[in-house]
Amino acid sequence: MQEINSIGIVAPQIAHFSAPLKLKSGESLPQFDLVYETYGTLNADKSNAVIICHALSGNHHVAGKYQESDKYPGWWDNLIGPNKPLDTNRFFVIGLNNLGGCHGSSGPVSINPATNKPWGSAFPILTVEDWVNSQARLLDHLGITQLAAVIGGSLGGMQALQWTIAYPERVRHALIIAAAPNLTAQNMAFNEVARQAIITDPEFHGGDYYAHGVVPRRGLRIARMLGHITYLSDDAMGEKFGRKLKDTIKYGFDVEFEMESYLRYQGDKFAGEFDANTYLRMTRALDYYDPALPFNGDLTAALKNVTAQFLVLSFTSDWRFSPARSREIVKALLDNERTVSYAEVTAAHGHDAFLMPDAHYHAILRTYLSNIDTGCGHAK
Amino acid sequence: MQNNVKITNSINEFRQDFAIIANWVKFGSKVLDLGCANGELLQFLRESLEVKGYGVEKDDANLLACLQNGTNVIQMDLEDGLSGFEDQSFNTVILSQTLQAMHNTEEIVLEMLRVGQEIIVTFPNFGYWRNRAQITAGHMPVSKALPYQWYDTPNVHLCTINDFDEFCKNHNIDILERRVITDGKEVSFLPNLLGSLAMYRLKAK
Repeated sequence: MQEINSIGIVAPQIAHFSAPLKLKSGESLPQFDLVYETYGTLNADKSNAVIICHALSGNHHVAGKYQESDKYPGWWDNLIGPNKPLDTNRFFVIGLNNLGGCHGSSGPVSINPATNKPWGSAFPILTVEDWVNSQARLLDHLGITQLAAVIGGSLGGMQALQWTIAYPERVRHALIIAAAPNLTAQNMAFNEVARQAIITDPEFHGGDYYAHGVVPRRGLRIARMLGHITYLSDDAMGEKFGRKLKDTIKYGFDVEFEMESYLRYQGDKFAGEFDANTYLRMTRALDYYDPALPFNGDLTAALKNVTAQFLVLSFTSDWRFSPARSREIVKALLDNERTVSYAEVTAAHGHDAFLMPDAHYHAILRTYLSNIDTGCGHAK
Repeated sequence: MQNNVKITNSINEFRQDFAIIANWVKFGSKVLDLGCANGELLQFLRESLEVKGYGVEKDDANLLACLQNGTNVIQMDLEDGLSGFEDQSFNTVILSQTLQAMHNTEEIVLEMLRVGQEIIVTFPNFGYWRNRAQITAGHMPVSKALPYQWYDTPNVHLCTINDFDEFCKNHNIDILERRVITDGKEVSFLPNLLGSLAMYRLKAK
């Protein structure tokens, strides 16, 4: 049976771009594909479009199901649908898989037309800036000049921020959730450990494991286990698992504690469906993003030309993207006298909270989004 | 400094102080309202004076109300100071009937003076004769301005007009203007005895 307010059955589409995309690294992608999904209807003046930027392991399947029998809907289905906080009766919502991804957009797993083999290690390293440029190309493809809103959590929030910097005239509202204007050394350190786990896996083969018919499962699994620790708060882990044992203490190294069982399950699941080269590239994009860098670290100067209206939102127990980091974005916007509101949501779930259907969190998004005018150029 | 703001009856009935505040705020200026509640003062100043307004509010329900009526709201606890705001970055910073509920009372006033070129502070005058009468009768005052019982009041730093005048003097704060109100009418005679609500426009000396 279809869930009430679900967007229902959805299908992905592919847009092919034959003009090269110049990358921040200096390289360029000669041609590329972006896989995307849309929900709701684009209005006559094409002014009700909202783009969802995904985080580290996300993709274009944001809401709905491909068939009734799917076990799970898209990754942000609790937010998007008819009468949900991001109401598809009003908005035309676009989800896409970022370049370098492993869900259908051009990336290390896709075939390099120059060699007819998977790109593997040869696929360039993309940045948040590159992603946003490619997303702008997708908007051009869809005939959309200006977004009603760009929404993203975590790494997706960085993309939302970048949208307002790179394309101020193309964004009316930016919802930046559980994000930061750059990563701290500690945050980057977690990424480095994750990458080392992958790169030192004997089956990594310098990133060209496809040719060997293997994948660096062990490395990817450990990378994901580490990630999961940082996405949860100490309290949330304590509440979820505590020191609970699966059975009894056995004086060995197999799974004995519930927490271990959870981490191994998450690691195995992820290693079976995600690409290690993509993981490396996504974490690098996180590390590299720093819009204030060309302005000697002055974020206020970096945001001087933004014109969008902002909702910045953080979660109290999120230590990987702490409220203090979100407040840096808010301060830079206040310094520039921009229209901004900031919500600090009391939540126990740590960084993961941004994907949870917490009632107050969703009430904030619903209230903010319902005030967005969907008529072009008449933003409230 | 007269804006001659027209006060609608509905607002006049429940917040007389809005009219005075509106006359202290310049047209089109940048205003920060600390403890902005549901944003009604900022909404009023936006509509009457086209101010660029921001509110600071801690409470979740008030935050939602602000988002609902389109008030820029920053969720934070005033007890932590105003570290997210640059020196002298606002024309006016307002603390309306919140001073008495602050723990870091001294700090917030100094922070306001740092962030605002001018500040507006309003508070219920504890020296008002009705309060004195209740204490003389042996009870903590309970009134429209102080609607709490001693055991459930958020008010921790109540003061009189004389106390606040002295505070300003000791902290090198220039009192640009002081207005005192009782039941919607201005009081000029014996304000510390006859005034219920004290309103100050201040700046650093």
